[in-house]
Amino acid sequence: MSRHRWELAVEMLIEWVIRLCGISAIIFVFGIFYFVFREGAGLLFSGRFSLAQFFTNIEWYPTSQSHVRYGGLALIVGTFSVTVLAMVIAVPFGLCAAIFVSEFCGPRLRETLKIIIELLAAIPSVVWGFVGLTLMNSVIISLFDTPIGLNVLNGGIILALMSVPIIVSIGEDALKAVPDTYREAALALGATRWQMVYRVLLPAAKNGLLAAVLLGVGRAVGETMAVLMATGHSVRIPTSALDPVRTLTATIAAELGESSVGSDHYQVLFIVGILLFSITFVVNLSADLIVRGIRGKA
Amino acid sequence: MSSMTGPSSQKPSAHFIKTDFVRKKERRELMAQAIFFVMAVLMIVPLVLIVSYLVYKALPILSLEFLFKVPTRGMRDGGIWPALLGTVYLVLISLVVATPIGVLAAVYLNEYARESWFTRIVNLAVVNLAGVPSIVHALFGLGAFVVFAGMGRSILAASLTLAIMTLPVIIASTKESLASVPRSFREACWNVGATRWQTIRHVVLPNSISGILTGVILQVSRSAGETAPIMFTGAVFYKAIQQGDVFAYGLLDQCMALSMHLFTLSTQVPDVPEALPYGTAVVLLVTVLSVNALSIIFRVYLRSHRKW
Repeated sequence: MSRHRWELAVEMLIEWVIRLCGISAIIFVFGIFYFVFREGAGLLFSGRFSLAQFFTNIEWYPTSQSHVRYGGLALIVGTFSVTVLAMVIAVPFGLCAAIFVSEFCGPRLRETLKIIIELLAAIPSVVWGFVGLTLMNSVIISLFDTPIGLNVLNGGIILALMSVPIIVSIGEDALKAVPDTYREAALALGATRWQMVYRVLLPAAKNGLLAAVLLGVGRAVGETMAVLMATGHSVRIPTSALDPVRTLTATIAAELGESSVGSDHYQVLFIVGILLFSITFVVNLSADLIVRGIRGKA
Repeated sequence: MSSMTGPSSQKPSAHFIKTDFVRKKERRELMAQAIFFVMAVLMIVPLVLIVSYLVYKALPILSLEFLFKVPTRGMRDGGIWPALLGTVYLVLISLVVATPIGVLAAVYLNEYARESWFTRIVNLAVVNLAGVPSIVHALFGLGAFVVFAGMGRSILAASLTLAIMTLPVIIASTKESLASVPRSFREACWNVGATRWQTIRHVVLPNSISGILTGVILQVSRSAGETAPIMFTGAVFYKAIQQGDVFAYGLLDQCMALSMHLFTLSTQVPDVPEALPYGTAVVLLVTVLSVNALSIIFRVYLRSHRKW
């Protein structure tokens, strides 16, 4: 009998450990927010930092002795410009590739392409950055006749290559989720495959495809090493794709090492981190809600 | 099908005469197919191009010696041993931390939790954890492990940061492989009087172990390539260790890492011989891609050898 009770106790204990691990993801997400906020809060509420200035001013002089300014607008615009360019390139490619993989190719080619997409997604961001720094840099210099090829264009292309795999794999899932009866009905009416895709599949899967694009945006906004190495280092509002910029992520990566723990400079970088966390949180949340929205209906 | 397309092949057959409408439709179909095909195939180009370009540039330096020598002359010469070893340490420790938590979290989500608003929130948290930018993970690691927990910049702090970052990878793949174990297996086990945990321990986990391993391998590839999370939590530009010394780092030491080393060589050190960063990039890329390929091969093999 005592053996039985002992086993029961172990069972209970294990169950609690599993429950604890189960909610670990929640703990970590809150933990991330809490600790990033904790390090940045001191400055955020100190009066030496104003949110209005952060969002409207382009002067980023966090280390200046006489004239400290925390204007993050140029960084925000930097992130925005690189992300938009990346999406302009990646969305058509990604969606077309997703449609091809899901609807137009045979099983063998599909498996091969999916493996290639997976490998493309696995390339470390620092290697992408290195490619931007070397290969893309010299290509852009010779094509556009500029002195330095580290700019919005370079970062945008690199980021596009990095987000295509996500868009393809999530987009393909979305297309696969459309019931086969839809396809059969369209084909039975004499539609060609393209007509079926255009008239039936795209409308039916549009939420899932939107989610795929959003996740691609999330990846592009949060990418650090690649943009740090490929976009050049210049805090300013870009006027063309050939201007160098600096993104929110790159700013943290470039400056955190130089700031001493607890200083204003250190804390403002954590505030930038809070902003980044919030952006990606909202993007991921809306992607998830959109995907669940379709599942709920179907 | 193809013989029916194109304006040139429009000999009126006895059975079927194509109207302009049909011809137009078929032309469009061909065009769409061609465009989609080209867009899909274009994705192969960067992969092949990048790998071959990097390997080509790195050829003069690639050798076994390059892997096992320590950097010399202010990192302008020699090999990458300390970085390679550091990456191995970081990956192994983060693996030891992330695997049990990730597997048990997936067990909870798949075996214990019912569909409810709470599981939805847990799943949402997993998705969001995967979407948090790597540099924010770095800030978290710095704030929580380095400063708050007092670990200082160390291998331990960096590995823990990596572990949390790669947790969603393990959770996702474990969940998938647990879900593939048929429900009848569990029911059979419950019917002979086994408890929930006994069922999981003796039936569900053994039957999904290979799928879990796939996720673990994927975690290795992911954490080996990350740079930003370890930059401020434990990885340093340079650390002197003995050539070929396997136990050179302690848990609370700082270390070098391959990804960090590539960043350092290509942006921070002046006058580096060209082949050196390329060599480092190739070693990193080949490591990550081959580990990833291993996981893919494993998965394909599993799928074709599934017992049920």
